[in-house]
Amino acid sequence: MPQGKKVKAQKVARVFWVDRLKKLGALVIIAFIYIWSARGVGFSLLEIIRELPSFFSLLGEMIPPNWAYSRRLIAPLVETIQIAILGSFFGAILTIPLTLLAANNVTRNKYIYFFAKGLMNIFRTIPELLYAAILVAGIGLGAFSGMLAITIFSTVVIAKLTSESLEAISYGPLEALQAVGGNKLQMIRYAVVPQILPAYTSYSLYVFEINIRVSTVLGLVGAGGIGVPLQTSLNLFRYQNASMIILVTFILVMAIDYASTKLREVLV
Amino acid sequence: MEILEFENVSVVYPGNVEALKKVSLTIKEGEFVVIVGLSGAGKSTLLRTVNRLVEPTEGIIRIGGRDITKLNKKELKKMRAQIGMIFQNFNLVNRSRVVRNVLAGRLSYVPTWRTMLGMFPLKDKEIALSALERVRIGEKANVRADHLSGGQQQRVGIARALAQQPQIILADEPVASLDPPTSHAVMKDLRRINKEDNITTLVNLHFIDLAQEYGERIIGLRDGELVFDGPASEVDEGVFEEIYGRSITDDDLRGGTQVAPREEG
Repeated sequence: MPQGKKVKAQKVARVFWVDRLKKLGALVIIAFIYIWSARGVGFSLLEIIRELPSFFSLLGEMIPPNWAYSRRLIAPLVETIQIAILGSFFGAILTIPLTLLAANNVTRNKYIYFFAKGLMNIFRTIPELLYAAILVAGIGLGAFSGMLAITIFSTVVIAKLTSESLEAISYGPLEALQAVGGNKLQMIRYAVVPQILPAYTSYSLYVFEINIRVSTVLGLVGAGGIGVPLQTSLNLFRYQNASMIILVTFILVMAIDYASTKLREVLV
Repeated sequence: MEILEFENVSVVYPGNVEALKKVSLTIKEGEFVVIVGLSGAGKSTLLRTVNRLVEPTEGIIRIGGRDITKLNKKELKKMRAQIGMIFQNFNLVNRSRVVRNVLAGRLSYVPTWRTMLGMFPLKDKEIALSALERVRIGEKANVRADHLSGGQQQRVGIARALAQQPQIILADEPVASLDPPTSHAVMKDLRRINKEDNITTLVNLHFIDLAQEYGERIIGLRDGELVFDGPASEVDEGVFEEIYGRSITDDDLRGGTQVAPREEG
């Protein structure tokens, strides 16, 4: 029927135009958000061009790095690694009960489950540097505060990721262990743990990689590590020392990432 | 001697779904019973009320003369330890080794602290290994479960049940995920174990040819009601059509070899 066909074609055309208008509207809104943000941060190409010479002169002051200074960086570098290792380790331990509580297939009690989930989400919104700053204020300057900050962060992040994997495990093995008369602990040990161990290991290593990066800047709030001499060097305009710190930090992060990847291949 | 008695057992699932309607039946020790019916007829529910993975809404279930519907948690676990269960999807822990999956059958016989440390007594390890030998996959003990073929995985499932040294074995559609030759091999294993150890065996099947070939006694369920109960020799196509409430099609047959299939790699 030509009449019906024509109506149909008009309808298709109308839907097409409405669709286009919607997309255009969305683009305009996004553009506004960008412009608004750019004004907020004082974005200016002119500024970049104007400041380019002083930026290059700063770079020039950084080169060459002060090689002799590297010997004095060994201690804070080691401390950086120690903060990340211990923080990640405690986090990976403390995360276990939280993970179990925050998985609805393990924790049947709705209130406990939502409490654990809520706790996790609240603690996750706070950045590590903020934890570090608060702990430095409360406990005092130094690596211990930094390690505690990393512990808190690791606990909630690993729990968040692992509990989601845990909620997706297959129920079959659990049912089988229930059928053999196993108790809850045995069900966790023999049906749950083997299923989530790869995810848990992988997320723990992933968080450790993040923690190495974070512990390099913890010093900016006085929480120990390589960030402490960096802060000092910048404040004292010792740019050749600063560039040496940046260089060793770069090497450290690369090395840890490499080691972590290798470890993951072995473990997972 | 009766090992299992159902007295007016009903199961109502949330949402008022009647899965089982006043089922009464008696099973003697050492019997090999095949339960047939369409999917949704209540076969799985019936089987799971025996070890109370599904709680009966009303009625009495007796094992060895003892009402199991009133057991407390501890007694329930003890009772479950005596009942092996085999599943359609094997329900193995894929990443664990075969022997570990079979040792799971010993969990309720070993103190919890030992199982937490993974330290099973030698006696239990021997039971697990000999269970694997019984289903002819002893050499696979240290292989990861997911590296086995479907038929081998199901035999690990059988070994896990055997490791419990059970009085009763429940098999819920044990061959539904297997090909025809493997299906026959697994049914033969179940039948052989039933004969050799005199373990009462209940098998859910929806393939009527397998039911006729391996069942001694056939129980038919339709819409949660017991509609047939008799020796397999009395069962013909007409009976199956009545149980299924429709004519029999090729999909109701597993087919496949009658001769013993070759061992799979």
